[in-house]
Amino acid sequence: MPDMESAPPAAVRIAGVDDKALAERQEAGPTRRDVLFDVAGLTASYSDVPALRDVSLEIYKNYITAFIGPSGCGKSTFIRCFNRMNDLIPTAKVEGTILYHGLDLYGPEVDSVEVRKRIGMVFQKPNPFPKSIYDNVAFGPRVLGWKEGLDERVEQALRQAALWNEVKNRLKASAYSLSGGQQQRLCIARCLAVEPDVILMDEPASALDPISTTSIEDLMHGLKRDYTIVIVTHNMQQAARVADMTAFFSVEVDEESDRRTGILVEYDETPTIFTNPGDKRTEDYVTGRFG
Amino acid sequence: MSVPAAAVGRRPRGDKIRGRAFYVLLLVSVSVGFVLLGTLLVDVLQKGIGYLDPILFTEPASANPDRAGARPAILGTIYMMLILLVVVVPLGVGTAIYLEEYANRERWYNRLLELNIQNLAAVPSIVYGILGLAFLVRGLGLGRVLLAGALILTLLVLPTVIVASREAIRAVPDSIRQGAYALGATQWQVVARQVLPAAVPGIATGSILALARAIGETAPLLLVGALTYVAVDPTLLGSFTALPVQIYQWIARPQDEFRLLAAAGIIVLLAILLTMNAFAIWLRNRYQKRW
Repeated sequence: MPDMESAPPAAVRIAGVDDKALAERQEAGPTRRDVLFDVAGLTASYSDVPALRDVSLEIYKNYITAFIGPSGCGKSTFIRCFNRMNDLIPTAKVEGTILYHGLDLYGPEVDSVEVRKRIGMVFQKPNPFPKSIYDNVAFGPRVLGWKEGLDERVEQALRQAALWNEVKNRLKASAYSLSGGQQQRLCIARCLAVEPDVILMDEPASALDPISTTSIEDLMHGLKRDYTIVIVTHNMQQAARVADMTAFFSVEVDEESDRRTGILVEYDETPTIFTNPGDKRTEDYVTGRFG
Repeated sequence: MSVPAAAVGRRPRGDKIRGRAFYVLLLVSVSVGFVLLGTLLVDVLQKGIGYLDPILFTEPASANPDRAGARPAILGTIYMMLILLVVVVPLGVGTAIYLEEYANRERWYNRLLELNIQNLAAVPSIVYGILGLAFLVRGLGLGRVLLAGALILTLLVLPTVIVASREAIRAVPDSIRQGAYALGATQWQVVARQVLPAAVPGIATGSILALARAIGETAPLLLVGALTYVAVDPTLLGSFTALPVQIYQWIARPQDEFRLLAAAGIIVLLAILLTMNAFAIWLRNRYQKRW
């Protein structure tokens, strides 16, 4: 997009994010890029209607990667391809490849259950199990047959999720006795207890109040050292605050059939996406002119 | 925003009268059922209380109303309920799990199965009796024994248990299944450790109510050969009788004393029924889940 050079930078600023902070975070970000996921030509369909078409991108180890875009752009569908959650929907079909450590996740020898052990997920709405706080965190290790040191494992996961101090005296209490923000951190702890490699977060803070949102975002920064995080968010400020890399998805409407298909418009370092996007559609979106 | 003060709090008289009339109509509907049940209870209690003595529970049927008891009938009913419980719960819950968690609705045979079960729930109990006579008593050569009676009651309430269990399983939110899958649980683990425990209160309540229906059934038992006169305690493969059959037989007798005895039998039957229903209500309240 040649016009971008002449566009005044002030026009692409967004509320709550100043360029200086973005630049600082860029400095602090990981310097080496190890490719963890290599997505090539990925198309995901429901009942043979594509929801997302021909996406190719790389996700780097120990990065926080954000997927942003308007509703219906397929970002949630996309994140569910990484742990094969779409397998649970009988009509869903995924074409193309996702290489994870060089291994095709959709290859014939790969078991979706094994994939989900390595690649954890946190959902939009906190979904604790109707069990005690302890049993929620212990569920993952138990289904994997890790019986030894369960107490320590639960404690460590709760500490990592910054929830330990709030719940250490009531581990046997129902998970539903926690507030929404605490429940979401419990879900993160539950995910951490199985020692995944990657944490997928599908709009993890959209059902939470601003204070809980901040605590989840702080948590993500802390977790980045040990985990690779992929987050879907409809909140641009959130992407700008937490993500190293940002992918912008949009909706393509076919005039004839009125079918809406998600496409990847632009994928770059977060500061670039927010301050100097290469595509007009990205600029319109991040400046609030669209969506 | 300006509303004239006079417009507030005014309502046409007709509206009030109609509302009042509707409320009275509702009260009448409620009281019809209530008065009928109350009359029945008072009537039965008045007549039967005199015969509600230890003899009723310790003695077998007799031609002398003062020495006649219902011991074989009460035991027969209890034995049948125990067999029923042991057979119907695994079958019913198993079918419900298959239909809710495993069956692919796209397949014609699964839809046929569902349709069948819904229709079975509406089949009159006498038809089950004929089936029992033809298939269990004669076809399998079981003879007119307690086991045949228990099995035919099992078939009778199986659809009810399936429907109640399906409702309970369906009420478990999908977010819980997804959360468990995302931790690397297999389908079996998701069902056994999350869905079933969460559905147990509903399943238990439904099963008890189904059992309460079976306990009062007379027609199918008469067909599979519940005898009206049994002098010894029932055994699994011996001749048997049940409480409703005994009551039916007593009422059919010309002597007034036997009618009073029948009333005493009805009190026992009602007491068992009300206890079971109360237990079901207690279970439901005790384990009521808020997701």
